[in-house]
Amino acid sequence: MRLISDFGKFVGWLPEIFSRPENLTMYYKETIRQMYDIGIGSLSIVMIISGFIGAVTAIQFSYQLEGTMIPPYYIGYIVRDMMIIEMAVTLTSIVLAGKIGSTMAAEIGGMRQKEHIDAMEIMGVNTSAYLVMPKLIASVVIIPVLVTIACIVGIGGGYLAAVTIAGFTSSEFTRGLRSFFIPYNVVIMYVKAVTFAFIITSVACFQGYFVTGGSVELGQASTRAVVFGSILILIADLIIALILMS
Amino acid sequence: MIRAENIVKSFGTQEVLKDISFTFEKSKTNLIIGKSGAGKTVLLKILVGLLQPTKGSVWFDDINLNKIDKNQLRELRMKIGMLFQGNALFDSMTVEENIRFPMDMFTTKTAKEKQQQVDYCLERVSLQGSNKKYPSEISGGMQKRVGIARAIVLNPKYLFCDEPNSGLDPKTAITIDELISTITKDNEMTTIINTHDMNSVMEIGEKICLLHQGKLAWEGTKDEVLESEDELLLDFIFASPFLQRLRSKALSQ
Repeated sequence: MRLISDFGKFVGWLPEIFSRPENLTMYYKETIRQMYDIGIGSLSIVMIISGFIGAVTAIQFSYQLEGTMIPPYYIGYIVRDMMIIEMAVTLTSIVLAGKIGSTMAAEIGGMRQKEHIDAMEIMGVNTSAYLVMPKLIASVVIIPVLVTIACIVGIGGGYLAAVTIAGFTSSEFTRGLRSFFIPYNVVIMYVKAVTFAFIITSVACFQGYFVTGGSVELGQASTRAVVFGSILILIADLIIALILMS
Repeated sequence: MIRAENIVKSFGTQEVLKDISFTFEKSKTNLIIGKSGAGKTVLLKILVGLLQPTKGSVWFDDINLNKIDKNQLRELRMKIGMLFQGNALFDSMTVEENIRFPMDMFTTKTAKEKQQQVDYCLERVSLQGSNKKYPSEISGGMQKRVGIARAIVLNPKYLFCDEPNSGLDPKTAITIDELISTITKDNEMTTIINTHDMNSVMEIGEKICLLHQGKLAWEGTKDEVLESEDELLLDFIFASPFLQRLRSKALSQ
């Protein structure tokens, strides 16, 4: 019941978020600051995770290839498509739901509790727009960039693991990498990246903006931002797959 | 001038404010006093439009706060300054950035003009040279003064202060009271202060409204406080045993 009421509240809140900014320069500065925080702040964790995921994908596929008639060069093809279609975008987004989702919910929730939001409202600032719109724009721009980096690093990780651990040759991997490439898969990846970016940010901002109570409730809001964000990413992943890949 | 007409506020079945009406005049420091839980903060939030009354209306001169749309409300709010009980200074910004924030957001002033206004406001609150400090690096009293400087930076017509003396020592509290009173006169603002500090009542209370259990129990000036026989007012003012003893002694003489 609460989910339905929260969804209604969220839909009603959207026009406030996308209303005309009071001062474009201030919004621009805030958007750039958010881009830096989201992008640079998450780069290392995204690279570490995607590198390992690419490596694990290569190792596991090589294990499954043993004793089969599947040509060895398929390793590059499988790692590439796994990263492009699913691993890079979904895992990166789930990691970001944890990292930036909790940060955003705590930041905005903290501002609510310290009366910063009330202070801005009394100044005449549209706080829904000023606090949320720059974060949404920054996420929708930067998360696809992070996903692209995750994809490249993941394929790199897969290459290293395939060549150094699993016993494939470099030419086998690169041949697979160049085979059966479907550009449409990259489109799917970016559709997912933009959708997941919107989900992560809007869920986190919603949880933070409407927090009531004290530090315990703020912690709960932060947790909800991560949990709901991750679940919604997986649901959206399924819906996008059904729509774009069927 | 700010006028409240028959304000009623309920949360669920609980009626927190019961048919409250008053008028606060321009260039005066108007005080809302009362015990904790009397409904002062709820009333202040209704007056600034952060809460909607269940019944009644709030007027800022000839503008009905409860009948205007969101854009008109934002325009009106640019004429309002507010000092919060917890100061509500943005922790990640310096003193100067905090004060400049409303100007950055709403004015097209040049950087030099903004700097001059910030310096002027800091001078008004006797905080020259604190521009680059962060709120965490200054005392509670200084934070209050920064809050006042930020509240007056756009030359508001209306100033609201929620418990401006809470957490301050008596001397600093008097300084803050005097500062608010002086700025009110100089800028010809309508100022409303929410307080339960008796020093404030007797020093700067040009109009005083006593709230008791959500009702307007008494209203008058600080001079009328001294002459009043109102039980609720006397009970509030002479709440401490020390003041009660002083009063008994004075009456017996």
